[in-house]
Amino acid sequence: MSEHILEMRNITKIFPGVKALDNVSFEVGKGNIHALVGENGAGKSTLMNVLSGIHPYGTYEGEIFFEGKECRFKGIKDSEELGIAFIHQELALNPYMSIAENIFLGNERQKNGIINWENTAEEARKMMQMVGLNLHHDALVKDIMVGQQQLVEIAKAIGKNCKLLILDEPTAALNDKDSQNLLNLLAELNKTRGLSCIIISHKLHELTQLCNRLTVIRDGQTITTLNRGDAEITEDNIIRHMVGRQLTNRFPERTPNIGEVVFEVKNWKVCDPLDDSKVVIKDVNFNLRRGEIVGFSGLMGAGRTELAMSLFGKMYGKNIEGQIIKNGKEIVLNKVRDAIKNGVAYLSENRKEAGLILINDIKENITLSNLDKIKRNGVIDLNIEIKVGNEYKDKLNIKASSIFQRTESLSGGNQQKVCVSKCLFTDPEVLILDEPTRGIDVGAKYEIYKIINQLADEGNCIMFISSELPEILGISDRIYVMNEGRIVDEMSAKDASQEKIMTSIVQSSSGR
Amino acid sequence: MNGKTAEITRNTSIFEQLQIVIRRNLRQYAILMALITIIIIFQIATNGILLKPINVYRLIGQNSYILIMAIGMTLCILTGGNIDLSVGSIVAFVSACSALFSVTWGLPAGLSIVLGLLMGLAAGIWQGFWIAHVKIPSFIATLAGMLLFRGLNNLLLNGLTIPLPDLYITIASGSIPDFLGAAGLQVPNFVTGSGVLHVTTIVIVLIASLILVLFMIFDRNSKAAHGFILGSFTAFIVKIVSLFVIINIFGLWLAAANGFPYVLFLLVSLIIIYSFIANKTVAGRHVYAVGGNEKAAALSGVNIKKVMFWVYANMGLLAGVAGVVFAGRLNAASPLAGKDFELDVIAACFIGGASMKGGEGTIIGGIIGGLIMGILNNGMSILGFNIFIQSVIKGLVLLAAVSFDVYSKSKTTTRTAE
Repeated sequence: MSEHILEMRNITKIFPGVKALDNVSFEVGKGNIHALVGENGAGKSTLMNVLSGIHPYGTYEGEIFFEGKECRFKGIKDSEELGIAFIHQELALNPYMSIAENIFLGNERQKNGIINWENTAEEARKMMQMVGLNLHHDALVKDIMVGQQQLVEIAKAIGKNCKLLILDEPTAALNDKDSQNLLNLLAELNKTRGLSCIIISHKLHELTQLCNRLTVIRDGQTITTLNRGDAEITEDNIIRHMVGRQLTNRFPERTPNIGEVVFEVKNWKVCDPLDDSKVVIKDVNFNLRRGEIVGFSGLMGAGRTELAMSLFGKMYGKNIEGQIIKNGKEIVLNKVRDAIKNGVAYLSENRKEAGLILINDIKENITLSNLDKIKRNGVIDLNIEIKVGNEYKDKLNIKASSIFQRTESLSGGNQQKVCVSKCLFTDPEVLILDEPTRGIDVGAKYEIYKIINQLADEGNCIMFISSELPEILGISDRIYVMNEGRIVDEMSAKDASQEKIMTSIVQSSSGR
Repeated sequence: MNGKTAEITRNTSIFEQLQIVIRRNLRQYAILMALITIIIIFQIATNGILLKPINVYRLIGQNSYILIMAIGMTLCILTGGNIDLSVGSIVAFVSACSALFSVTWGLPAGLSIVLGLLMGLAAGIWQGFWIAHVKIPSFIATLAGMLLFRGLNNLLLNGLTIPLPDLYITIASGSIPDFLGAAGLQVPNFVTGSGVLHVTTIVIVLIASLILVLFMIFDRNSKAAHGFILGSFTAFIVKIVSLFVIINIFGLWLAAANGFPYVLFLLVSLIIIYSFIANKTVAGRHVYAVGGNEKAAALSGVNIKKVMFWVYANMGLLAGVAGVVFAGRLNAASPLAGKDFELDVIAACFIGGASMKGGEGTIIGGIIGGLIMGILNNGMSILGFNIFIQSVIKGLVLLAAVSFDVYSKSKTTTRTAE
């Protein structure tokens, strides 16, 4: 274990105006699983980009040694040749190609430029078996689930004889079960093949369970490196190192003040938009009360987003049936416009793809859902828009040079605050928040929680969808558990626990 | 992560402020600089013929219809790189309809112009239907339209060229009568040295430029009242004065030629109306939003179908306007009218900085792009370049413009991406 597969010495990387990495040294032991944690923008990804050659030699200072030899990578190809594979958070698979084609993309089984398909299929099957992927090798990647796509990426890396695997947030998009599978697989590959891994993640409990060592990076510097078994290696401790302050509580305090039922859904039923015969959501009944935060828990694919989007102006689904009752009156929301007019707002789970217009600035994103509000004499008044922009920037503490900054250059947490502002600008009474803290760092999460609490205290009702159980438990007043398109359990936050939620899910799955 | 220092603080010098303004609007200014450079090059190369009053007058007429269509095409491209390949054929179709209405059916010229415009709108609605509601990719739907409307033109005209009534010619090539000159206000033409100036033109342009200046001052004051951080006052004065001078010299030049052309009046009105729609109305915002991120726009309550439909319907209408103007310029409806116009119009928009991905671009950018193309055409013709060389050069200019665009964009994103 004393031998290092990788050593990075005194790495300094400067972007115009920002010192992203400041004299960072980082070692990975041979056959180790090494975790790299830190807030968004701390420099984790930059360090890995330096390692994999995305930032080529010469654009940074410092030295890299891989298996004892100094490396000067000019590009990703160079690092891959030596056996370093980088699996990015956004998977780099071609959705319209088969699993086998993807596994050998750029590494084709070929002779004189002609692909040997029999060999490709055979080898792909071997790889797939190794990573526990029980699918046909000709299945198209677009048709398989995110968790399975992740496995394809790993198979692809192994196909390239990878010795060091870098995974950036591998479980961010996975439910707990798939995450666990993936972690088990990594442990397995580590044992059987001696594969070394670097894992970047925000899910600390997974890391403490899997990794031999853990390095914390903050503001472009290594803060500390902890070994498994150290007494110090606790979640709270790691978080403290990451944010540089003691987080007394990961969830802000709040005394709920819950009133009457505001929003009620009865017998909701939704069919798959591509396949009428497939019922995606069925027999869903729930209600939201004034000032209440209601958590919607469930595994990925449980139908929470589908439910939310079908409620929000029928943005998802076909043959939608059921009733929506708001403040005692039935309302019909056929279009997004109707939903907005009736005081319902939806925050998308995917802020970059469906939440923001990244090339537009902050103020334009905030006002888009309710442009009528900044009209004067039928014309958009930019002065009002700027006022509105600044108001929300201050209110939600959006960190940006100004409201004229394009949203693509904001950090994840600040992007999310813009999305929340956009919802708030429609003056909603019912807020549907779909994974509002996905992919943002601990500090920003805390701020988002505070905003959500404040919204509830102002008398709004909140439908809070999240895949992270601690978060659901930490913030909700009441919890609905969803599974396979149905609501399978309801519990008050006091009675809820991770085990209880998981039990409901498991029991309802097997009871089918 | 930690809040970056604000770019503009109150204490920066005028020079620094100017730099920031230029950096923010790099692409817009770059196109404008390119236009000025091209004007200077051809002014020298043609021994001053390019900017002679009569040539300036001619440039307006030659390019008016392309510029009119560039307005509509910019909107199409804004929705996400959707182009309209059929505009040249719609021009031909509308001019053929004009001949049908005014000559074959003998309707009054005014009525047949209105009907012609409606035919353009109908053509646009046809395309809009297929693109917005049937969801045919715009490239294919308008490629089909290109064949379809060209064919209809030939069917209507039987392959013949038919002369049109005078009103068409007046719209395309005539200018406003010189009321003041007729009333006895005669000023010798000191620009060309022969004849008299068209005094009415000078007065119209003067009044228009004063309105513009007042409007800009009003806008600045209202911004100040709302607590904006404004650019330096000196820079503002320089901007106003130079705009005022340039516009009035332009007016004087027109006065020295044939006066204020009707078609310029039409063009300027369209630019103002559509810039206003694009920047100041909900409809305009929605066009930008659809191009910027269709999903996000849909979730924000933007009716994507409606936007796509009206953008194409509007393109048809503007192609109809261009069709009437072009028919008038040609003095006839011809089977070959509008051939390859679509390519000039699309090139103009991309040179003008519209993004193929959508969501970025301005109407004024499209106009400047169109002027660059127009001046290239005109300048090279004066120099006697043959048409093949002209085509080669225009192709290279398009490539250069878009390369610069791509390059400057990659620059700005690496700068901000951290």
